[in-house]
Amino acid sequence: MAVIIEKNTKIIIQGFTGKMGTFHADEMIKYGSNVVGGVTPGKGGQKHLDRPVFNTVKDAVKHTGATASILFVPPAFAADSAMEAADAGIKTCVAIVDGIPSHDMIRIKRYMRRYSKEDKMTLVGPNCAGIISPGKSMLGIMPGHIYKEGRVGIISRSGTLGYEAAQQMKNLNIGVSTSVGIGGDPINGSSFRDIIEKFETDDETDAILMIGEIGGPQEVAAAEFVKANMKKPVIGYIAGLTAPKGRVMGHAGAIVSAYGESAIEKVEILRECGVVISKNPSVMGDTVKSVLEKI
Amino acid sequence: MDIHEYQAKQILASFGVSIPRGGIVYSPETAENKAREIGGLKWVVKAQIHSGARGKAGGIIVCNSPLEVAQATDKLLGKKLVTNQTGPGGKIVNRIYIEEATDIDKELYLGLVFDRSSESIMVVASTEGGMSVEEISKDKPETIIRSKIEVAVGIQSFQARELAFGLGIDSELITRASDTIIGCAKAFSELDATMVEVNPLVISKQKQILALDCKMSFDNNAMFRRNKVSELRDKTQEDDKEVYASDRGLNYVSLDGNIGNIINGAGLAMASMDMIKLAGGEPANFLDVGGGATPEKIVKAFKLITMDEKVRVILVNIFAGINRCDWVAEGIVQALKKIEIKVPLVIRLAGTNVEKGNKILRDSKIKYIEANTLEDAANKAVKALNK
Repeated sequence: MAVIIEKNTKIIIQGFTGKMGTFHADEMIKYGSNVVGGVTPGKGGQKHLDRPVFNTVKDAVKHTGATASILFVPPAFAADSAMEAADAGIKTCVAIVDGIPSHDMIRIKRYMRRYSKEDKMTLVGPNCAGIISPGKSMLGIMPGHIYKEGRVGIISRSGTLGYEAAQQMKNLNIGVSTSVGIGGDPINGSSFRDIIEKFETDDETDAILMIGEIGGPQEVAAAEFVKANMKKPVIGYIAGLTAPKGRVMGHAGAIVSAYGESAIEKVEILRECGVVISKNPSVMGDTVKSVLEKI
Repeated sequence: MDIHEYQAKQILASFGVSIPRGGIVYSPETAENKAREIGGLKWVVKAQIHSGARGKAGGIIVCNSPLEVAQATDKLLGKKLVTNQTGPGGKIVNRIYIEEATDIDKELYLGLVFDRSSESIMVVASTEGGMSVEEISKDKPETIIRSKIEVAVGIQSFQARELAFGLGIDSELITRASDTIIGCAKAFSELDATMVEVNPLVISKQKQILALDCKMSFDNNAMFRRNKVSELRDKTQEDDKEVYASDRGLNYVSLDGNIGNIINGAGLAMASMDMIKLAGGEPANFLDVGGGATPEKIVKAFKLITMDEKVRVILVNIFAGINRCDWVAEGIVQALKKIEIKVPLVIRLAGTNVEKGNKILRDSKIKYIEANTLEDAANKAVKALNK
């Protein structure tokens, strides 16, 4: 079984009838994802893309049995939507939106503490490309066809850099078990560590490619976990070697503000923890290949 | 978004933090009057720029008469102040803050930031005010005390008291010090701040607790609900090209090199800059046109890059997913009909329909160098530079 989502995982779209929601829901359906409906408050009872629209996530869950959702609501309302999903019993929620205030993200995470570990929703994102398990299901906005089915897990903060890696791997005939975009914001739902832990116990994954960047403590936390707990090989690349200190590089979270947050420092710590480093972004695929050959 | 010292002080004052008497002026003529209005015998004239370390750069002048205040104001206004945080270009002084001088007994440090490890708001305090927090962490780490704020309930009085006692503040001043800490924490939470720094927070010889210098930064993503804060933006303190970019929805950071680049996605943009560096070049900028790379954004991106006189080569690197390379290529061709490029242009497309995209570019009349991989693109850009 794949990590996080399965072939038949029932998916609802929050912000279903909007432009973004409509476009990407359609792409997901074409890919084969099991989209069972969506939520747009005030439009309950209508049909959209041949699927039912509900007023609340609770209604949608009750009538469809959905366990996963994807958010296409504007940043100002995204925190509310994520908490609504958590409260309705959704197990996996992907927040695509870019621009959620950090104070809202902290509130979401505090709110989710009310649930026991078993009942807690896995939030992925925000500001991310989502999740794909090639050949099974896509809960995201990535171009599905660049991912070949296979046995390497990908975790990336950046969307397009994750695509670049998947494409390089496909060109070398290497496939992906699941790819998870965790997003470029300073506070996110799932960290590298959270996802890497899932890959370690996934019987469909042999190795993991972790694509990080400057800023924040998450790559280092994941590397320490790798050193202490992982048996599967981990390959890493960190973007932002040339990024100046103290400047935000596009992603709200891509800013060096403390020791261990620059690309050079992260690479050094990752290497010490046994992560195989891809020396530049052009050889991510080649580095994965060389590691797979040694297994 | 950053704001000026005087703006941060006014905000903190509205949350119950005491500040020295002061006022803002825009000309030497008004400075003299302002000093008299503030009263006292000694004043501090402070250049308002978005940077710390102004003192070392000559941006803070102590004066003993209203006439001296006017002279100091005249000296600073319109000047470009270069500090260790502004870069070599410096920042222009358009506003002067005049403040009564304070008799300092003790200088403390108080800062609030997001702590990304614990995903909470962290209060950081130290007895070593006046030094930067980096210097304190390096030289006097034992003086640093921290307290985590639980966002659901906000800062509690006991936390503020613990911090105040931890700073060794006299018992008679504890309540005042706690109120100051609580005020800063409330400002942080209620205004979507990402940083509040009072450095130094001073205890005066008259036993007052005063915020002597303040910095505040805010979450750009929250400005939609912070009208009053967003009005405090001062574009004269930002790089012209960065203002142009942010007004047009582009993520741009001006850098010192000469290879301009246009890329979709922040991670891919950083990776491309890294490749340029590894190939022996220096990027002139970071520019993310967004995952979609729409033709409108590409036109704006070319306009922006051509505004930068340092740029000697332009590198375009687009990974087109759902939007397809043929569509992106059409966008590039359209853009180059509107904008004349006088420097060599390297284009690398990847992703969906890459062959179609490259064919469109080849069949068009634009002059460019085609590249296949990230590495190939960076190498060709550096080679074009050296020709």
